[in-house]
Amino acid sequence: MKVLVPVKRVVDYNVKIRVKSDDSGVELANVKMSMNPFDEISVEQAIRMKEAGQVEEIVVVSVGPQQSQETLRTALAMGADRAILVKHDDVVEPLAVAKILKGVVEEENPGLVILGKQAIDDDSNQTGQMLAALLGWSQGTFASEIEISGDTAKVKREVDGGLQNIEIKMPAIITTDLRLNEPRYASLPNIMKAKKKPLDEKSVGDYGVDTAPRLTVVKTEEPEGRKAGVIVGSVEELVSKLKNEAGVL
Amino acid sequence: MYRAPVDEIAHAIKHVAGLSNAIDNGHAGELSEDLVDAILEEAGKFASDEIAPMLMVGDQHGSTLKDGSVTTPPGWKELYRNWIDGGWNALSGPEEFGGQNLPSTLAMAATEMWNAGSMAFGLCPMLTMGAIEAFEAHASDELKAIYFEKLVSGEWTGSMNLTEPQAGSDLAALKSRAEPQDDGSYRIFGQKIYITYGEHDMTDNIVHLVLARLPDAPAGTRGISLFAVPKFLVNEDGSLGERNDVFCSGLEHKLGVHASPTCTMIYGDGKFGDKPGAIGWLIGEENRGLNCMFTMMNNARLAVGVQGVAIAEAATQKAIAFANERKQGKSPSWDGEGMAPIVYHPDIQRNLLTMKALTQAARAICYSCAHAIDMSKTGSDEDRKFWSERASLLTPVAKAYSTDIGSDVASIGVQVHGGMGFIEETGAAIFMRDARIAQIYEGTNGIQAIDLVQRKLPMSDGQCVAAYFDELDSILEQLRTSNEPAFGNSTAILSDGLKALKSATDWLTEKSKAGETQHVLAAATPYQTLFGLVSGGIYLAKSALASSGAKDRAALCRFFAENHVNGAVALQNRVEQGADSFESAAASLVD
Ligand SMILES: Cc1cc2nc3c(=O)[nH]c(=O)nc-3n(C[C@H](O)[C@H](O)[C@H](O)COP(=O)(O)OP(=O)(O)OC[C@H]3O[C@@H](n4cnc5c(N)ncnc54)[C@H](O)[C@@H]3O)c2cc1C
Repeated sequence: MKVLVPVKRVVDYNVKIRVKSDDSGVELANVKMSMNPFDEISVEQAIRMKEAGQVEEIVVVSVGPQQSQETLRTALAMGADRAILVKHDDVVEPLAVAKILKGVVEEENPGLVILGKQAIDDDSNQTGQMLAALLGWSQGTFASEIEISGDTAKVKREVDGGLQNIEIKMPAIITTDLRLNEPRYASLPNIMKAKKKPLDEKSVGDYGVDTAPRLTVVKTEEPEGRKAGVIVGSVEELVSKLKNEAGVL
Repeated sequence: MYRAPVDEIAHAIKHVAGLSNAIDNGHAGELSEDLVDAILEEAGKFASDEIAPMLMVGDQHGSTLKDGSVTTPPGWKELYRNWIDGGWNALSGPEEFGGQNLPSTLAMAATEMWNAGSMAFGLCPMLTMGAIEAFEAHASDELKAIYFEKLVSGEWTGSMNLTEPQAGSDLAALKSRAEPQDDGSYRIFGQKIYITYGEHDMTDNIVHLVLARLPDAPAGTRGISLFAVPKFLVNEDGSLGERNDVFCSGLEHKLGVHASPTCTMIYGDGKFGDKPGAIGWLIGEENRGLNCMFTMMNNARLAVGVQGVAIAEAATQKAIAFANERKQGKSPSWDGEGMAPIVYHPDIQRNLLTMKALTQAARAICYSCAHAIDMSKTGSDEDRKFWSERASLLTPVAKAYSTDIGSDVASIGVQVHGGMGFIEETGAAIFMRDARIAQIYEGTNGIQAIDLVQRKLPMSDGQCVAAYFDELDSILEQLRTSNEPAFGNSTAILSDGLKALKSATDWLTEKSKAGETQHVLAAATPYQTLFGLVSGGIYLAKSALASSGAKDRAALCRFFAENHVNGAVALQNRVEQGADSFESAAASLVD
């Protein structure tokens, strides 16, 4: 089986995000970028499946600017076999990404696509679901355990209030959650080898997708800072405040 | 906690030291800038996420000794295993023995990250690196076949056994003996002290490199030979055999680097084997042991310099983070509610900027030295000689200046933390304790200064140092024509600094030629500091000039020039006038 793993280049999770001075978005100039952490988990999952003999080839794909190459090389250094960069410099919304990925899937014919449940920059949590809909494939989202046997996949999903076990038909879309695995570090020899692995460059036009944004960002602002707390005198006071002031009870 | 400053390090090795030029001019093999970035990125992740979290554990537990066996702190063994599994030990080793043969600039960049995570951890691979270099340059093919691949991978570690109780800075006093055997091997007898990772539980074998004297060897440094002495002898099929007659009889209780075992090693006591004497094999020629050591000395000394940079970086990051959180008092530049974060106080800003600037200046010196080592391995004979001398010139400065500022910066870091800085739990004091040893081992900084003034300045009849100053001059020329207001008074101050350095150099050269050794020796340390200060300052300008658009590097250069490099003239005076004042005052010191 071939596995397709889409990966996204995002602001590194250690970076303190700052809003641009004109409120038009997040400051990206001179900011450290790296692979979306959920995508690292997806790559790791694919590699483990390959190590277990369930997968023959891992293809990673990224839609983004030229620098997304670095993100793809990271995935290759972890253990993916081949990479595709669909070059695009402007914002691409989840629907456009899903349409491009549909094109890639039709070209590559993978038996499974593993995506991160969301990207930590815009937190959309949409691409995997949209791709499943576009392809008409089954989907197992927020996976914390995956077991493939024949043409079905058992997926343990992290849902509000617990875990849900589902069984879906292959080919399928799976999106990964935090507890699925702990991604490996790329070893030095693999970083050296990654340099020689194939990386194809494509353009959005190759897939005939219109990437014009359908949303307009009105304003980006910092979340309000935490307000100072109050010390309550009794449980009764706490309950009354929660009910009347906070409105959460 | 420490996060490897990958972009800053990449900028320093590529644009200040010159790796980008080397890549463009075909001096760096298949290496590309992308690959450099990818390697630094991944090394940075390992250092930040795996090594740094072990720093305090290592410090609190330390290594312990029981019945001749050393136990490293909890988690240390697994950390080392993961690190070698990542292939990091093999970064610079030769390809035919499993190494990646990457340049010294990259090896030093990685060394910085490991040591910033934990210097006590970083020390182990550093000593193995020394052993690898000695093997590569001088070991016989037979010895290489048995030991080399495992040293390159880090499967086995190396240790360096020079120091004896009566022989520290002065290795001529060394007494350990080696007796030749009929089969071509030697039996080693003697006691070595302060041997870093001389014994530990992280690998199943250790290859000790030991300096000892043959029975008929001439006295002094010309009678010292180098031997490879494994902890366990190795069978023909590569499996481990008998325990060799060497063991660790004691561990030192130290100021810092607690996790790194500092061992007293006993050779040939008859504790193991059928007859006394640790079995060893000659590396290089008889009586040429110190020469063998010298081939790796540049790298080893440079690596210690890099430890200074590493500690300085870690201490700086911690202090900056703290200064943004801790609130005390009011500041004219703080208009928020309540007390100001201390980072708004000018005195704290001076401290933090000093830490940052010293760290980057020392880093630039170290990586420039590493670049010179790389360049000395390619090109024409003439080029090789030029760069090899450049590396030799910069080595003592890289070692001493960087470890001096490592200590200074760590100490300023404690100050920034106030009372909390003195409390161990805070994690600022450990940098100060760990940094201190780097000024002492691998040739004390005083010995480095003597090496600089007596051996390095006269190289190629002064042409080597003159060419270096020319290079610094050409950076100043670029600075002059840059017309960038963010540099403030940098141009004038750095130019005066270089003038002071040149004048002090001329003075020293004259005194040396006139045989006034006392003056030369008295001036050595202030001269070395002057050398580091001025070249470091000019490198900060180079770094800023190489980053188009970003003004913060120019601002840091300006801060360093206007607050530190202007002290160059005072150092020049100390060089030129110090000795006379010693002479009259020193009589009171001697019993
Ligand atoms: C934690 C630790 C780890 C170490 N690891 C190793 C190791 O792995 N392998 C190893 O072989 N050794 C190791 N050493 C030993 C270290 O290299 C020596 O301590 C160092 O070389 C200094 O020697 P010494 O202690 O005998 O000091 P000394 O040589 O006695 O020096 C005392 C002082 O006198 C000064 N001095 C000495 N000679 C001169 C001179 N000619 N001119 C001017 N000043 C002079 C020195 O600068 C110093 O300030 C280690 C030491 C420590 C503490």
